[in-house]
Amino acid sequence: MPEVTTVILNQAGINRALTRIAHEILEHNKGTEDLVLIGIRTGGDHIAGDLADRIAAIEGEKPPLGAIDITMYRDDLDSRGSLPLGRTEVPFDVDGRKIVLVDDVLYTGRTIRAAMDALIDLGRPRNIQLAVLIDRGHRELPIRPDYVGRNVPTSREEDVAVDFDAERHPCEVRLIKP
Amino acid sequence: MSFGHKHILGIEHLSREDIFQILDTAAGFKEINTRAIKKVPTLRGRTIINLFFEASTRTRTSFEIAGKRLSADTVNISASSSSVVKGETLEDTARNIEAMHPDIIVMRHGASGAPHYLAERLDCAIVNAGDGAHEHPSQALLDLFTIREKKGSLEGLKVAIVGDIAHSRVARSNLYALTRVGAEVRLAGPGTMVPPGIEKLGAEVHHDINDAIRDADVVMMLRIQLERQGKTLLPSLREFSRFYGLNQDNLKLARPDALVMHPGPMNRGVEIASSVADGPQNVILDQVENGVAVRMALLYLVAGGEATEES
Amino acid sequence: MSILIKNGRLIDPANNIDDHLDLLLKDGLVAAVGKNLSVDADETLDADGKLVTPGLIDLHVHLRDPGQEYKEDIASGTAAAVAGGFTSVVCMPNTQPVNDNLAVTKYILSRSEEVGRCRVFPVASITRGLKGENLTEMGELKQGGAVAFSDDGRPVENGEVMRRALEYARPFDAPIISHAEDLSLVGKGVMNDGFVATELGLKGIPWVAEDAMVARDVMLAEYTGGHMHIAHISTRGAVEIVRRAKERGVRVTCEATPHHFTLTEEAVRGYDTNAKMNPPLRTEADREAVRRGLADGTIDAIATDHAPHHRDEKNVEFNIACNGIVGLETALPLALRLVRDKVMDLPRMVALFTSGPADVLGLDCGSLAAGQPADVTLIDPDCEWTLTADQLVSKSKNTPFDGWTLQGAAITTIVGGKIAWQRAEQQ
Repeated sequence: MPEVTTVILNQAGINRALTRIAHEILEHNKGTEDLVLIGIRTGGDHIAGDLADRIAAIEGEKPPLGAIDITMYRDDLDSRGSLPLGRTEVPFDVDGRKIVLVDDVLYTGRTIRAAMDALIDLGRPRNIQLAVLIDRGHRELPIRPDYVGRNVPTSREEDVAVDFDAERHPCEVRLIKP
Repeated sequence: MSFGHKHILGIEHLSREDIFQILDTAAGFKEINTRAIKKVPTLRGRTIINLFFEASTRTRTSFEIAGKRLSADTVNISASSSSVVKGETLEDTARNIEAMHPDIIVMRHGASGAPHYLAERLDCAIVNAGDGAHEHPSQALLDLFTIREKKGSLEGLKVAIVGDIAHSRVARSNLYALTRVGAEVRLAGPGTMVPPGIEKLGAEVHHDINDAIRDADVVMMLRIQLERQGKTLLPSLREFSRFYGLNQDNLKLARPDALVMHPGPMNRGVEIASSVADGPQNVILDQVENGVAVRMALLYLVAGGEATEES
Repeated sequence: MSILIKNGRLIDPANNIDDHLDLLLKDGLVAAVGKNLSVDADETLDADGKLVTPGLIDLHVHLRDPGQEYKEDIASGTAAAVAGGFTSVVCMPNTQPVNDNLAVTKYILSRSEEVGRCRVFPVASITRGLKGENLTEMGELKQGGAVAFSDDGRPVENGEVMRRALEYARPFDAPIISHAEDLSLVGKGVMNDGFVATELGLKGIPWVAEDAMVARDVMLAEYTGGHMHIAHISTRGAVEIVRRAKERGVRVTCEATPHHFTLTEEAVRGYDTNAKMNPPLRTEADREAVRRGLADGTIDAIATDHAPHHRDEKNVEFNIACNGIVGLETALPLALRLVRDKVMDLPRMVALFTSGPADVLGLDCGSLAAGQPADVTLIDPDCEWTLTADQLVSKSKNTPFDGWTLQGAAITTIVGGKIAWQRAEQQ
C-alpha cells in the first residue's frame, strides 16, 4: 500500500511557530542572560541554530549554541545495536546555565530522557527547559515540553518527518501514514 | 546499523569499512575522556571480564578504564591468580567464567590462536587483547587513530615498522590495518627477526633501518624483548641499538613532520634513543590516550553487535 | 575352512598380476589363483566390481599399548586397522614402558595374539628408553619378534649412535627406521615454517630440519652399508635426497603418510589442532614432491603414522596440542584419490600398501602367491561416504578429515583366511 503524505506545517507555518517559541523563551527567561540552546542530533541541533538566530534578531544577542549526541545514553542497545556515534559539541560550561534543550519531534520522551542524562553528565545547569517543533504525543515517560511549535495528534503507525533545506533550516513538516 | 562482527579476534578479518567505523566511533568517545565526569551509561549493566594470561599493565588498564567509562562492570582475572596454575585447561577456565554470564571477555594469551579457540567454544563476545605473536588488534587501531588524528588521513602515508617483526603481534596487526587503509608499509629488522613470507602481506622488507625510514611519514618502533639478547636471534642489545635503533641522526631521513610511535613499554637507549622518545615528533602518549577511546569503541561495537556475519 | 572370492579385479603387485581372477583361500593360506575357479568353498564372496588385493600393510602405527590405553590399545587399534583394510600393522616402540626389551616385545605379540584383529609386527627402539644413548639388545629383540628398530617420535640426535645402530643391526638384517629431524632446527616450532606460520604467529619448523637429518642418515647408511628406512618423509628436499641415494645404490627406503600427500600447511589456518603433526604439514610443492616420489618408486610405502590422541590432548591451544592424527581408517580412500588424480595407476597404489611395505621390512605377507598367508582386502573403489570422526573404530577421533566425503573403502578384510571385518551396507 502506498504511503500517504500530508504536509502539516509549511515554511510559513514553521517560521511563525519558531518565532513564537523564540519570544516565549525570551519572555520566560527574561532575556538571554545565562541562556544557552542545546540541540539534539540530528534535527534538534538545526532547529536550535534557527531559534538562536531568531532570538538574536529579537534581542540583539545570540545565546551560546551547543549540540549533543545521545547515542551513548540510549536504552535500546540490545534492540537497535551499536548505532553510529555523533559528536557532542558543547563549547561552554553548563554549570549554572539555563539550558533550552531543542528537538524537532517529541514522541515517547526517551530521547529527551537520554539527553537530560547527557546534559547532567556535562555539569550542573540551573535548569533545563524543553522546546520542540512538533509534539506528536504517545509519551512513555513523564516528560512535558515547555515550548511547542505544533501539537499533532498521530497514531503510532504514522511517522512525522521534518525536512531541512540546504542551510539546515526546517522547511516542511510531513505526516506519513503507512 | 550494527557492527558486522561478533568478536574482535584480529585485524585480518576486518574490512576497510570496519576499521573506519571503529575509528569514527572512537572519535565520538574520545571527548568523554577529557570531561570532569568521565563516564557514560552506554554499557550499564554489562559485565566485561579482562582475562589476562600474560602480564600486561598498559593494555589491561586501558581496557579496564574503557569498560568503566562506559559504565560496564569490569573484572580483571590474571593468570597468576587464576586456576590456570592448577592445571585447568583453557576451555574449562573460560567455561567457568562464562557460567557467570559476562557479556564480553577481553583476553590476552601467550598462545597464538587462543582467542579463536575460545570464540569457537563460548557464546559471549571475545576481544583479543594480544595472542602470542599473532595479533594485537586494539593496538593497531589506536595506532591508526593516532596517525589519522595527526595526519588527517591514512591513505598513501609511508609507515616504517622497525624491530623484532617475527615475534611481534603489534607488527602483524598494524601491517594488516595499514595496508587495508591504503598506507605503504616498510618493515625493517635483523635477518633473524623478519619472518618468512611477510612481504606477501603487502610490506616492503628492509634490513637497513635507513631504507625503511627514508621519507617516512610515521616511524613505528617495536619493543625488543630484552631476554632475546646474547642468544641466537640477537648478539647483543648494543649491536641491535647500533643497527636498528631510532636516534636523532637516522630520524632525519624521515620526513621532517614524521611521527615517532612506540607501543610501549620502551627500552630507552635500545630500540629508541631518549632524545627521540621525548622529542617533538613523538606521539607515544597520544597513543596511550587514544587507546582508551579506541577500546571504548571496540567494547561498544561488540556489545551492541548482533552479529550479521561471523568475524 | 575355505573362502572363494569370485569375479573381482585381482591386483597383486608382488606377482605382477592385474586381472579378473578368482582367489581361493584355504586353511589360512592362498590355495589358488585362476580364471573361473569352480570349487566348493565354505564361503563364496562375489567381488564383482571390486578390487581384490593382498591384505594392506601399515608400516607405521602407534597402538599406545602398553601404557596409554586411554588413547588406543591393541584391540582397538587392530580393529581400526581391519576397518581400514589393513591386515598387518607395524607398531612403534614409544609406549610406556618403551619397547626396548624383550618383555615388552613379547607382551605386544602375545596380546596381539589374544585380542588382535590383524597381524601386529612390533618395532623395538634403537636406544634404551628412546634416550638416544645406549643401543638396545637388538639381536635378542629381533629373534623375539621385533621387525625393525626405531626411536620414532624422536630422532637419534647423536651421529655416532646412529652409525653404530646401523652397523650393529645390519648382521641381524633389521632395518633402522629414522624419525629424521634436527631438533636444534625444530626448536619450539609447531608447524611448517613459512608464510602461513608467519601469518598465524606460530613458531615454524623449517624444512631444512628434516632435510639435514635425512641427509645425515642416508650418508650413514651409505657409509655403513646398513638399511636405513626414513619414516614419514614430508619435504621435497628429503624426497630428492632419497631419490639420489637410491640411484647410487644406497640401502635406503622410505614411507609417506596420507596426510602429507593430501594436506598442506593451509590446513592449520583456524588453529585446527588436528592439523598439527610431526613432521608438520608442508607446502604445496612438498606435497607435490611426495606424490611424485610415491609414483616413481622413490617412496616405497604409504604408512599412516596412526597417532591416536585423546580429545583432551587436542582440545587445547595449538602450541600445546599433541602431534599427530589417526590414519588407519582414512588411508585407503585418500590413496585412491591419487589414482583418480592420475598421480599413479591402481597397481602402483596397491603396491604402496602391500609389496612395498613388505619388502621394506622383509615381511612374509603382501603377496597372493599360492602358499602365502591368506591376508586379503576387498576394496570397493567407488563407494562414496562421509567420514564422521565420532564413528571411527579407533578409540581416538583426532582426524582432520571429519566431514570429508571420501570415495572408496575396504569392504572385507580377511586375515589368515578368516573374515576379520566386513563393512556394513549402510555406510
